[in-house]
Amino acid sequence: MNVLELKNISKRYGAIQALDNVSLAIAPGEVVGLMGDNGAGKSTLVKVIAGNFAPTSGDILISEQKVEFHKPLDAQKAGIEVVYQDLAICNNLSAASNVFLGREPTRKIGPIKVVDYAFMRSKSAELFARLKSETRPRDLVHKMSGGQRQAVAIARTLLSDAKIVLMDEPTAAISVRQVAEVLNLIRQLSDHGIAVVLISHRMPDVFEVADKVVVLRRGELVADKKASQSSPEEITGLITGAIEHA
Amino acid sequence: MATPTLAEVINRSQHHGLIAWITSQQIFWVFLAAVFACLALSMLTDSFATERNLFNVTRNFAFVGIVALGMTAVIASGGIDLSVGSTLVISAMTVSVIMSAGMPFWVGCIAALAVSLLVGAVNGVLIAYARMPPFVVTLGMLSVARSLAMVLSDNKMIYEFGPDHEFLLWLGGGSTLGLPHPLIIMVILACLTAFAFRQLRWGQHLFAIGGNENAAVLTGIPVARIKVSVYMFSALMAGITGVLEVGWLGGVTTNLGQAMELTVIAAAVIGGANLAGGGGTAFGAVVGALLIEVIRNSLILLGISTFWQGTFVGLFIVIAVAFDRFRQRKS
Repeated sequence: MNVLELKNISKRYGAIQALDNVSLAIAPGEVVGLMGDNGAGKSTLVKVIAGNFAPTSGDILISEQKVEFHKPLDAQKAGIEVVYQDLAICNNLSAASNVFLGREPTRKIGPIKVVDYAFMRSKSAELFARLKSETRPRDLVHKMSGGQRQAVAIARTLLSDAKIVLMDEPTAAISVRQVAEVLNLIRQLSDHGIAVVLISHRMPDVFEVADKVVVLRRGELVADKKASQSSPEEITGLITGAIEHA
Repeated sequence: MATPTLAEVINRSQHHGLIAWITSQQIFWVFLAAVFACLALSMLTDSFATERNLFNVTRNFAFVGIVALGMTAVIASGGIDLSVGSTLVISAMTVSVIMSAGMPFWVGCIAALAVSLLVGAVNGVLIAYARMPPFVVTLGMLSVARSLAMVLSDNKMIYEFGPDHEFLLWLGGGSTLGLPHPLIIMVILACLTAFAFRQLRWGQHLFAIGGNENAAVLTGIPVARIKVSVYMFSALMAGITGVLEVGWLGGVTTNLGQAMELTVIAAAVIGGANLAGGGGTAFGAVVGALLIEVIRNSLILLGISTFWQGTFVGLFIVIAVAFDRFRQRKS
C-alpha cells in the first residue's frame, strides 16, 4: 500500500508548464530523494503535495484515498508535514516551546487555561530520545547546533503523527558533521514508518539515505529509480539532460 | 547502554546553578544599579531618604512602570508603540470631561479605557492587517490622539470632577498602608502581565512572533489577531495610567504625557526588552522604570538642571541597546 500517490499531476502558470504529467508513488517509511536543477519543478511539486496550491490537473491519493487540499492545514491534517529550509524556528524560545509552537497543550487552573510546560518538556524529551538526538528540551534554540535545530523541527512532525515529511534542502547550509546528524534523523523517521521526501542538491547526501531517487527536468519526471540501481553519474546526466530518460 | 546516557543528556539542565543563572540576567545588574543609586543618594543627600521624597519617587515610577508593561509586550512582539503618551492624555481627558459633566467615576473610567482600547485596536489593525510599519502607524497616532484630546477638552484645563471628585483624587493620589495607590496597581498589573507572558498561550505566541514572525505564520499562530491584542494591551496600560494620573495631579491639561514614549521605551529596553523582538519581561519593565525614576530624582536632588534629563534618557536607550549588541556578539 502506498502512503502517497500522485497521478498525472500537472501545474500550469499561464503559458508556463511547471509540472507535466508527474506520477509518483511513495511507500510507508520510504526515503525519496527529489532532485532536479533550479526551476525543474521541485518546489512546485512540494507545494502541491503540501497543499500550498492545487494542481491544474491530476489526483493526489493518501493511503489510497483521493484527497483535495485547499490550504496547508488540509495537508497537515492528512498527515503531511513540511520541514522548511529555514526550519521555522524561534531562536528566543526553548526547544520544547518550538516543538509545540502553535499547538501548545494547556491545563486548566480554575477558568484559566495555562500552558502545560511540564508536559511539553517530557513529551519533547521523549521525541528527542526517539530521534536519538542529544537535544535538551529546556535549552534555548539560539544556542543549538544546526543538527539539534533540525531535530527540533523534525520532532514537530513526530508530534502530529505525520505519514510523510517533506524536507526542503535540510543539508544546504550546515557543517559536515551536522549533515551526518540530519541524515541520521531522516533514518530515524524512516524507521518509524514515516516516508521522507528529501529535496536536495547534494548528491552524496541523497545517495547516503534515499531508497529511491526521483529526477525532475523542466516539469517532467525523467527518472524514478532505486538508489542502489543508479549512480551519482547517471543522476547528474538525468538532471542536466545528457541522459534523456531512465 | 547507549539509551540511558542519551536520556541523561536530554534531561540534563542547561543552567549550572542559581547564581550563574541570576548573574547572566541583564535585569539583575540593572536592579543592582538601581539599589546602588538609592544607597548613594541616601548618603550624598539629606532629602532622598525622606518619606515625602520616597512617596513621590514610588508614585512617579509607578506611572512609567505601568505604561512600560504594555510597551514591553509590544517590543517583545517585534513592534514599537510611540503613541502611548497620547493614548494616556486622551484617556485622561475622556474621564475628566465625563466626570466634570456630572457623571459618576465608573462611567468616566469605563469610557476612558474603551477609548484607549479603540486607539490600540486602530494601531493594531493598521499594523497587522494593512501591514504598515508600527513606527509609522503609532507616530501618526501620537499626533492624532493628542489632537483629539485637545478637541475634546477645547484645550482647557479641567480640575472639577463632579460628584466623584474626591474618589478620583483618592484613587490617584492617596495611599493605603503607606503605599501610594498607583504603586499598588502597578504591582498587581505587573504580576498579571508576568503571568500572561509566561503562562498563557498568548504570551508564548507573542514572543514567538517577536522571535520569528515567519515561523509563527507557518506553524499556524494567529499572528494578526495576536498583534492587534498586543497594541490594545499597550493602549489599555496607557489608559489606566491616564486615569490614575488625573487623580494624582487633581487636574488635567493636554500636555500630559508629552514625550513620555521615550522614557517608557527606555524603561522597557533597560529592563531587557529586545528592540529586535522576542525578549522582555514584566519584572524588567518595572525595574527599568525604577532605575530611570531614581536617576531623574537624583538629578533634581543633586541640583543638576532638569534640562539634562533628556540627555540621560536618550543615553540610556543607546547604552542599553549597545550593551545588548555587545552581548550578542560575544555569544
